[in-house]
Amino acid sequence: MKVLVPVKRVVDYNVKVRVKSDQTGVELANIKMSMNPFDEIAVEEAIRLKEKGIATEVVVVSVGVQQCTETLRTALAMGADRGILVLTDVATESLAVAKVLAGIVAEEAPGLVILGKQAIDDDANQTGQMLAGLLGWAQGTFASKVDPQGDTVNVTREIDGGLETVALKLPAIVTTDLRLNEPRYASLPNIMKAKSKPIANKTPADYGVDMTPRLTTLKVTEPAKRQAGIKVKSVDELVAKLKEMGAVA
Amino acid sequence: MSALVLAEHDNSELKDATLAAVTAAGQLGGDVHILVAGAGCGAVADAAAKIAGVSKVLVADDAAYGAALPENVAPLVAGLMAGYDAFVAPATSRGKNIAPRVAAALDVAQISEILSVEGPDTFTRPIYAGNAIATVKSSDAKKVITVRGTAFAKAATSGGSASVEAVSGAGSAGTSSFVGAELTKSARPELTAAKIIVSGGRALGSSEKFHEYIDPLADKLGAAVGASRAAVDAGYAPNDYQVGQTGKIVAPELYVAVGISGAIQHLAGMKDSKIIVAINKDEEAPIFQVADVGLVGDLFTLVPELTGKL
Repeated sequence: MKVLVPVKRVVDYNVKVRVKSDQTGVELANIKMSMNPFDEIAVEEAIRLKEKGIATEVVVVSVGVQQCTETLRTALAMGADRGILVLTDVATESLAVAKVLAGIVAEEAPGLVILGKQAIDDDANQTGQMLAGLLGWAQGTFASKVDPQGDTVNVTREIDGGLETVALKLPAIVTTDLRLNEPRYASLPNIMKAKSKPIANKTPADYGVDMTPRLTTLKVTEPAKRQAGIKVKSVDELVAKLKEMGAVA
Repeated sequence: MSALVLAEHDNSELKDATLAAVTAAGQLGGDVHILVAGAGCGAVADAAAKIAGVSKVLVADDAAYGAALPENVAPLVAGLMAGYDAFVAPATSRGKNIAPRVAAALDVAQISEILSVEGPDTFTRPIYAGNAIATVKSSDAKKVITVRGTAFAKAATSGGSASVEAVSGAGSAGTSSFVGAELTKSARPELTAAKIIVSGGRALGSSEKFHEYIDPLADKLGAAVGASRAAVDAGYAPNDYQVGQTGKIVAPELYVAVGISGAIQHLAGMKDSKIIVAINKDEEAPIFQVADVGLVGDLFTLVPELTGKL
C-alpha cells in the first residue's frame, strides 16, 4: 500500500508572530519557516507503517511556493521515498489544496492519505476532511492511533469527551493529533541521502485546479492585549484578593 | 437568508455548544433552523425546539447517524443545504469533523472558528494560535462556518416554540463504522461549560500528584479540571483535558493555572478567561504576563494550603 502525506511550510512553532503595522497580515520576512508540526507527525506515522511492512512507498507532497522544496527535503530526510511539489504563488486555501490533492490521489492511487489535523498558521483544520469529502472516502480525524488491518484501518480519535475508535474502509484519510507519535529527527547521513531523492515539479493547472481564493482577508489585527496583574506574596493574600474580585465566595 | 445549525448532542442531551452556534447563526440576519441528526434523538429535538430564536427543527433519526460519522452525516447536510444560505456548526470535535466535508460537497470555503459576525459574508477568526485576528470576507454563495463557543453568548434554552419536522437522507455510506468510545467519566462540570477551571501542568510531575493536588482544589471550587499539553503528553491527564491552540478553548470566570509555564499554544486556549490566577515557582514564567493574580512558590505547599483556606 502506498501512503501519501501532504506537508505544509509554515512559520516555525517557536516563533512569536507579529502583526504588520499596515494590517495586511503577519510579518513573514526573515522568519524561520518549518514543516507544520502535525505534518511531521503524519510523515512519521507513514514511515512507521513502512517499517512495519504495511506501507510500500511513502510519497510526500507540498502545495505552495518554491521554498516548499525544503519542507519536502525534510520529509525525505526523515524517510519518505519521493516528493511532489505543486508550485503556486497564490495563497493556499484548504479547498483548493484538497482539490489538488484529489488530483494527485487519482494519479498515485494511495491506500492511505495521512495529513496533519491543522496547520499552525491559519488554524483552519479542514484539508483532510475536504479531501475525504471530494473523494467520497472515509476519514479518521484527530488520530491518536492508526491500526491498519487488511482492507480496513481502525483509527482511535481524540474527541471532546475522550477517545473513540472508528473502522474505516480503505482507501481512507487520516488526520493526525499530537499524541499519535513523536517524530524522529533526521540523521546527517539521511539528510545527505535525501538530496538525491526525486522531487517531481507540478502546477495546479496539471490537475485542472483554480487556486483563486474564495476568502478575502480584509485586515489582520492584534488580539486585545491582556495586562499582567499583580503578584501576591502568600496564599492568604491570594484568597483575600479572589474574594475582593468576587471570584470566590 | 436562512441558516441551518448542526446540533451538538449525544442522542439524549443537547449540548451547550449548540447555543453559541444558534446565536452566531442569528447574527447572519435570517431564519435559524437546527438539524438534529442522530439515533433515538427525539428528546434532543424537543430541547432544540425550545431554544429562543429557532424557528424550525429538522430531525434525521436513523441508526446511520447515531455516532455522527461524517461519511453519513455530511451528505445528509449537503442535501438539505439547497434550502439554506449558511451551514453553522459548533467548533467542537464533531463540528470540525463534519463541516469541512459539507463545504467540499458544496464547493465552498469554510470559515473556521469565527469570533464575530461583521456582516452576512464577513467574519473575524483567530490565526496563528490567536496571536492575530483576521477579518475575512467570503465570496461563496453559501457559507459554511464553525463557531468558537466562547466568543458568542449562549441562546436561551427556553422561550422558543419551533416546529419539528422529520427529514431523511441516504443513511449509511457504508465506508465507516463506529467501534467504541472511552469517554472520561467525571462528576465535575464539562471543561468548555465550566465557570471555574483548575488546570495543571508538567510541574505536577506524575499522574498521581496531578490528582492528589489538582482534584481537591477543583472539588473545593466546584471547578472543571484542565491540563497543559505538556501534562497530557506526559500522561498525567487524559487528552480531553488539554486546553490550548489544538485542544479546548475555554473562557471561564476563573482560571487557576497550577505549575503551567504558559506557552503561547496554551495561552491561546485560555487567555479570554475573566480572571486568571497563576501559581508557579518560576517568577519569569510567561503565564504571569497574562495572570491577574500571580503567586510565586512551590505548588506542592501552596495548593494544599489554598485548598484548605478557600
